[in-house]
Amino acid sequence: MLAYAAKRLGVALLVALTVSLITFSMIYMSGDPAIAIAGEGARAEDVEAIRKFYGFDRPIAVQYLDWLAGALKGDLGRSYTLRQPVAGVILARLPVTMILGASAMTFALVLAIPLGVVAAVRPNSMVDRFALALAVVGQAMPSFWFALTLILWLGVHWRVLPITGSGSWQNFVMPAVALGYYVTPAVMRLTRAGVLEVLSSDYIRTARAKGLRPMTVLFKHALRNAIIPVVALAAVQFGFMLGGSIVIETIFQINGLGYLAWESIQRKDLPTMQAIVLVLSVIYVGLTLAADLLNAFLDPRLRVA
Amino acid sequence: MKRRNHLYPAVAGLIAALSIAAAPVEAGKNTDTLVWATDRDNPIADPYYLNTRELVVIGHEVWDTLVIIDPKTADIKPLLATKWAWVGPTVLEMELRKDVKFHSGKVLDADDVVYTLNHASNKENAIANYALLAWIKNAEKVDEGKVRINLDRPFPPALAYLAGLGFIMQKGHYDNAPLRPDGKKDFGAVKPNGTGPYKITEVKPGESILMERNPLYFKDGFKGDPKISKILFRTIKDGNTRTAELMTGAIDWLWDVPKDQAERMEANPAIVVENAKTLRVAYLQFDATGQSGQKFFADKRVRQAVAHAIDREAITKNLVGPASQVIHAACHPDQFACSEDVQKYAYDPAKAKALLKEAGFADGFAFDIYAYREREFTEAVIGDLVKVGLRPRLNYVQYTAFTENVHKGRTPIAHGTWGSNSVPDVSAIAAHFFSQGPDDLTKDPEVARLIGEADSLTDPDKRKAAWHTVLSRIAAEAYWVPLFTYAKYYAYSKDLDFTPTADEIPQFFAAKWK
Repeated sequence: MLAYAAKRLGVALLVALTVSLITFSMIYMSGDPAIAIAGEGARAEDVEAIRKFYGFDRPIAVQYLDWLAGALKGDLGRSYTLRQPVAGVILARLPVTMILGASAMTFALVLAIPLGVVAAVRPNSMVDRFALALAVVGQAMPSFWFALTLILWLGVHWRVLPITGSGSWQNFVMPAVALGYYVTPAVMRLTRAGVLEVLSSDYIRTARAKGLRPMTVLFKHALRNAIIPVVALAAVQFGFMLGGSIVIETIFQINGLGYLAWESIQRKDLPTMQAIVLVLSVIYVGLTLAADLLNAFLDPRLRVA
Repeated sequence: MKRRNHLYPAVAGLIAALSIAAAPVEAGKNTDTLVWATDRDNPIADPYYLNTRELVVIGHEVWDTLVIIDPKTADIKPLLATKWAWVGPTVLEMELRKDVKFHSGKVLDADDVVYTLNHASNKENAIANYALLAWIKNAEKVDEGKVRINLDRPFPPALAYLAGLGFIMQKGHYDNAPLRPDGKKDFGAVKPNGTGPYKITEVKPGESILMERNPLYFKDGFKGDPKISKILFRTIKDGNTRTAELMTGAIDWLWDVPKDQAERMEANPAIVVENAKTLRVAYLQFDATGQSGQKFFADKRVRQAVAHAIDREAITKNLVGPASQVIHAACHPDQFACSEDVQKYAYDPAKAKALLKEAGFADGFAFDIYAYREREFTEAVIGDLVKVGLRPRLNYVQYTAFTENVHKGRTPIAHGTWGSNSVPDVSAIAAHFFSQGPDDLTKDPEVARLIGEADSLTDPDKRKAAWHTVLSRIAAEAYWVPLFTYAKYYAYSKDLDFTPTADEIPQFFAAKWK
């Protein structure tokens, strides 16, 4: 198990490093950062002065190695535009994104697991069809459109929820629903499939034969086993939510990590972009690693592979 | 069933709780706070160190310039300076008001002006718009209330540039700027301190900037007494979200509203929608030297064919807005010395086809066109070009990529826009694009020479005549296809008494509640 964990950790670190290298290169390929910082209407002399001032005139490899050396020492650099150490900015924004991710995941799990269980207990029933429809709509509907629909009804017409900001819990209701709904189908279908499979297994038949109450069989014996892959999926999806909340954070003007990433990309704020990608990829890789290890712990056959 | 009976009050209670929580909105007449929003994030609040339109707007609320342009007449009016005189072609002397105080309480004097202008015109200090003040050689104190500005060359529009961007800082403002890790000073991080009608009381980097009325603001100045207690700038990236916030009263003022949304908002009695002209113009710029590798536009007849092919009236009327107008010269008609009395290219597809045939392109040709702003405008241009047999390939990119491609000479046609940094003088646009700089795709030495001559003349009439020669040559050679002036849609609360201005610098200091 230890060797397996070490191997997975090594792969995870390599992934994080590769991601940072690719990001660095892509940022340069997408345009000159000096022009972005100088802004619209700036003249050539201004752009040249900025290029020199920030050291963009040095070879890209030198700039990357400089950044990497700093990052390894825990110094993520200083934001060109926010004029603050990047680590501090990220620490300030990360909790907002975590709250959004956690609320969205809670919404997704609270909606998806009961629906998945009911759909499995009564396959091909109206509830199952409803769950299927919900899953299809959830997968097909773009999150920005769903978000705007929520704003239109809950924010503009009924005015029951604030549209933008992150100052109170009410600010998180619409974003959490919009973000969580996208994850709901995968969790629900996996719960349904898992419960369906477990319900037809021998030990469930035995449990029923012993005369246990249907609810006890379902929740104590079936769901406990069926939920294991859902936990692993939820861990990975949580990572996806943290990294993929850019659209939702932008629409609802939530000042989290996703929104910061968007701002930084627009302004070609290299240190901030690099740091965000690093932090998010480490979180994502960490969650995937945790899911791998959890699965390996539960299923010894995986450790051999 | 009992359970179900309890469900409705619970849901109603939840909705009520949410409503109460969502109700307080810090915007509008009731809180005497004007909230305006755009999509740009402004992580700092120093207009010298971040080049955004928002900070130019905020700059004029929080700081004062020596002189100011009256947006109604485009005349230069006194602000911090009471009077001024050209002592020689390169020496400008200005006398200062004596009753002006910074937000810190310090009285403004010549030392502050000298400090600011010497800081801004020093290339080492890397202000964001250095080139716009680079004509300043240095500034010196004559006495407590008088400064002398020395220019490194005759520069007639100097006062217009000072009015647009010469925000006066307190002496020593940048001296104690925090250091960056590389040991250089981070000037943009200094706490704002101006003399303007509003003072900045809170900056949430990238989120909002809060300004409060300055009780020490001098009386009887051009800007008058500020009427509204607080002005809050917010960044809201998404256009639909901004509109939704305006409709719910969470913000009071928007601009750059798309035409279709503006027309829908006109039906809302709580919102005033206005279309007002701006100094920004749209143009097509040709690669007249063939450096992009697509050499079609090195032929004047092809350039003229493109100019004849585009129905600018239709684009202006149907897409831009009623305050927009078609232009024929490489400048905005409101700018000093801009003359529309140049060769005009009427919409004439038959003539365009004939010119293409004459140039040997009877079957048209395929080429790349680059654009970064309103995609629908570029698509309309493309539609017209297709009608005369041309086959444009659209490269719709971010502004940074657009500029980079122009600078590297990769753009056979660039569909750009230019706001002239709100300077109402022809040199702010035509000199920028035709003086052999990186934005000059024409590289015509004769045009550059003529511009050099025109911009060295201080006599207004001679200057106008010289610029007319420049603009006539640009039009005759069809180096540019000037398209139209931009018109902006503003949308704001009906409670707000506000007048848009063409310089794209909304004067919130003059706004009040009805």
